[in-house]
Amino acid sequence: MSEVAIDAIDRAIVDRLQGGFPLCEQPYAAVAHTLGISEADLLARLQALLAARVLTRFGPLFQIERIGGAFVLAAMRVPEGDWQRVVDAVNAFPAVAHNYRRESERGCELNMWFVLATESADAIAEVVGKIETACGLPVFLFPKEREYFIEMKLAVRA
Amino acid sequence: MTVAGDLAHDHDHDLDANPALDPLDRRLVLATQNGLPLLPRPYHHLAEQLGIPPDEVIERLRRMLANGLIRRIGAVPNHYAIGYTANGMSVWDVPDARIDELGAQIGAIDFVTHCYRRPRRLPAWPYNLFAMVHGASRAEVQRKVAVIAGILGPDCRAHDVLFSTRLLKKTGLRIG
Repeated sequence: MSEVAIDAIDRAIVDRLQGGFPLCEQPYAAVAHTLGISEADLLARLQALLAARVLTRFGPLFQIERIGGAFVLAAMRVPEGDWQRVVDAVNAFPAVAHNYRRESERGCELNMWFVLATESADAIAEVVGKIETACGLPVFLFPKEREYFIEMKLAVRA
Repeated sequence: MTVAGDLAHDHDHDLDANPALDPLDRRLVLATQNGLPLLPRPYHHLAEQLGIPPDEVIERLRRMLANGLIRRIGAVPNHYAIGYTANGMSVWDVPDARIDELGAQIGAIDFVTHCYRRPRRLPAWPYNLFAMVHGASRAEVQRKVAVIAGILGPDCRAHDVLFSTRLLKKTGLRIG
């Protein structure tokens, strides 16, 4: 992932827009005012930040579980020699929203970690069965039992 | 397995009272799942698309924020692009009887971006507390993980850190 040049105003925009976007007729104008820039400048910069993938998204973030859907962390132990075949098989499922290769400090063998997002909770078991069949490997599920964090806290440091 | 059943949190009492998404809410979700329009009057634009008054768009978004259907309206930064190139999933085995108290402490740390209780999968996986830690380098993440270890003290029976070494797929949530 390449670093993108962003300036102090961009940083202020990213920090300011992590939450609390106003619900009013001209919300961008309201935010631009607090940042001391024009509405047009804010819109142009937002567009550029999204295009450069400094931001991956701007808008309402839905709690899929509250809409009746499910968002579940899952992991697999993938043998090195079989890696690419399994990556391709897992990523082919539209329900796989994110997928990361992870490396343990202490020899844990669960090396593929992905998030399953489905529109209903029941659909998770179904897609897990299909992934296990497609890959020939067991899927471990780690559903969220409790969340101890609410807000977004990362300050821009680039 | 039912994931909805795992969400019986103290703060989720409103879930029962929360009616399923009505058809108009659902259309609003569909219209905004790719993002809010980058136009001076974004809610008016959505209102036109959905054929409802702008006030109703705002009111429905306000209600979804209040009842938790929407977590927040805002930007999702790419961690790499804003300078956090190391991403460590720290995982901890702590006593079940203590996890809520400890989780609240760890979740409150400013460098912990997400903190969850999740089930153990014995024998492969003894950890029940997950805390995501981002940093500019692995060393920075490791220093932060050491701070967590210090707070947990003897309540930590085992821990590990899993660094992401490759993003294999990332798409947004898609319904419909």
